[in-house]
Amino acid sequence: MNLLGLAFRSLINRRFAVVLTVMTIALSIALLVLVEQMRSEVRDGFYRSVSGTDLIVGARTAPIQLLLYSVFGIGDATNNISWQTYRELEGTSDVAWAIPMALGDMHRGYRVMGTGDALFEHFRYGNRQALEFADGRAFDDLFEVVVGHQVARQLDYGIGEQIVLSHGTGRTALQQHEEHPFTVSGILAPTGTPVDQTLYISLPAHRAIHIGWERGTRMPGAEMDADQARARAEELHPESVTAILLGLQTRAAVFGLQRRINDYRAEALTAIMPGITLQELWRITGLAEQILRVVAGLVVLAGLLGMLTVLLTTLNERRREMAILRANGARPWQIAGLLVFEAGLIAACGIIAGVALALLVQAIAAPWLLTTFGLHIGVSWPAAGLWLVLAGILIAGLIIGLVPALMAYRRTLADGMQVKM
Amino acid sequence: MRSTPRMSDLLRIEDLRYTWPGETTPVLDIPELTIGRGERVFMQGPSGSGKSTLLAAIAGLIRPDAGRIFFDRTDLGSLSAAARDRFRAEHLGVIFQQFNLLPWLDVRANVILPCRFSRTRAKRTGDISAAADELLDAMDLAPALRGKRADELSVGQQQRVAAARALIGKPQLVLADEPTSALDSDRRQAFIELLFSQVAAAGSALLFVSHDPELARDFDREVSLPAINRPGMAA
Repeated sequence: MNLLGLAFRSLINRRFAVVLTVMTIALSIALLVLVEQMRSEVRDGFYRSVSGTDLIVGARTAPIQLLLYSVFGIGDATNNISWQTYRELEGTSDVAWAIPMALGDMHRGYRVMGTGDALFEHFRYGNRQALEFADGRAFDDLFEVVVGHQVARQLDYGIGEQIVLSHGTGRTALQQHEEHPFTVSGILAPTGTPVDQTLYISLPAHRAIHIGWERGTRMPGAEMDADQARARAEELHPESVTAILLGLQTRAAVFGLQRRINDYRAEALTAIMPGITLQELWRITGLAEQILRVVAGLVVLAGLLGMLTVLLTTLNERRREMAILRANGARPWQIAGLLVFEAGLIAACGIIAGVALALLVQAIAAPWLLTTFGLHIGVSWPAAGLWLVLAGILIAGLIIGLVPALMAYRRTLADGMQVKM
Repeated sequence: MRSTPRMSDLLRIEDLRYTWPGETTPVLDIPELTIGRGERVFMQGPSGSGKSTLLAAIAGLIRPDAGRIFFDRTDLGSLSAAARDRFRAEHLGVIFQQFNLLPWLDVRANVILPCRFSRTRAKRTGDISAAADELLDAMDLAPALRGKRADELSVGQQQRVAAARALIGKPQLVLADEPTSALDSDRRQAFIELLFSQVAAAGSALLFVSHDPELARDFDREVSLPAINRPGMAA
């Protein structure tokens, strides 16, 4: 057993104080790591959801608002885009595909979106992935619905399930479209994006269930029954859509088209590039992130100071220990080294435990984030930059260990052989 | 001429003077003190007479302000602090009044402690754990106690472990600073007898410091520290 062995035995002897100190540091490190990880994971999660979309078009509104209500279901649209405008945009030469989004209905807390086959054909998320069906197929009959993976899982839906949609986007919508039940025709494979939290119906279906609802509530007698609707399905379309996702023939056309849409005469529109709007969003949340980072940093500092306190308070009771070591041939630097090593070991254990704790919290929080925000948060290994920060904290721990080490060094020189207690 | 120590001397002190930092009067002012090889010296002196300081100087823990300490013809004062630490680990055994042991180490690990800090001493010891057991046998410490933590032992047992530690690797000099003061009077004599037999077996010299003159009778020589130390009297 060498000198390090002695240090270990000494630490084990003081295990309660040591474990508490390690826990203090671990908690502070976990906070720091979580703030960093969540920040980057949330950003990745948002970016995944829009990575395949070149432009998002909505009625004139703030870009961030448009992004949030169209893709992420946060907030509501104040205005819609007329059907004519949608048709016109769809036919523009630069546009490769257009996915209409008609929002406004819910099903047990999940968004219902009226859309077209373009969604299944052209929508891309993550690393250019297309939507896939875990089971079944796209809607074919007017009153068929495709459900996202989480919707099916949470509500335990299978193919053929009959469901009723609710009118309005409130969490507890009271009015039901009960005269038009839908049948689940397909279940999408998981994507880790808000798609998983959404139910999809066709635009004609969206129109059909709202006939007679023009004033926002049901007008008895004005509705259309299911067979009538099926007969007229070809000509049914909504009067407006909430937003449109556009994919362009060439990415280079994006700026020109964006300007043309924003300057569109017939209707006040907003077109955004989702990546750029996300950057704007991060600029706004950046301040809060900075504050969180500073707080986490201060907590880490508090943890390290706690370690210093423990090392200093034990220094007195360990004076005898050090005199014994000195008398048996230990050099002052070896005794100082023991204390630096101790500090380093405590800091290292705290960092390792803290990272482990952070990963654990991420693993536990991931399902909640997925069901609440549709964000897929992977339990990912901290990025290189974060490891650098952690290495810096370890070095700070060693430097802090120098304080008691220097005190012990000077004392062992001054104490000589006397063990005054 | 005092400058060359005699061959038979293990330790020779000449004109040693030491003042603790911050003090005005010296605590040590010793014109001469010698200890022969294998000699058992009893040093008597009341508390505050500078016993512990003298031991610290001999152990190389403090550097004298003036004078010389020859140990086996090496002048300790001329050595660097690191070299004095190495010298102590190689050549000395130390027994304190009490609290000799690291409480969180087991008995055996405490005994072999000096071998951790000096490779020379470890090499000289040979089979370290066998040597430790041999010494613990000689010190009458039951095998059942040897794996225990040091702080589970009685004070008397702890002092015997400390003696075994001081003697491991056969150091040339054992310094004992009031090692029996924490023991009952009937245990004192037994401890001293055990210590004597093992010091003799190791061929070590012994400098035994105590305020209690009753213990002096079996030693080769008795020295009164107040008689040889005259702080404040030097010109």
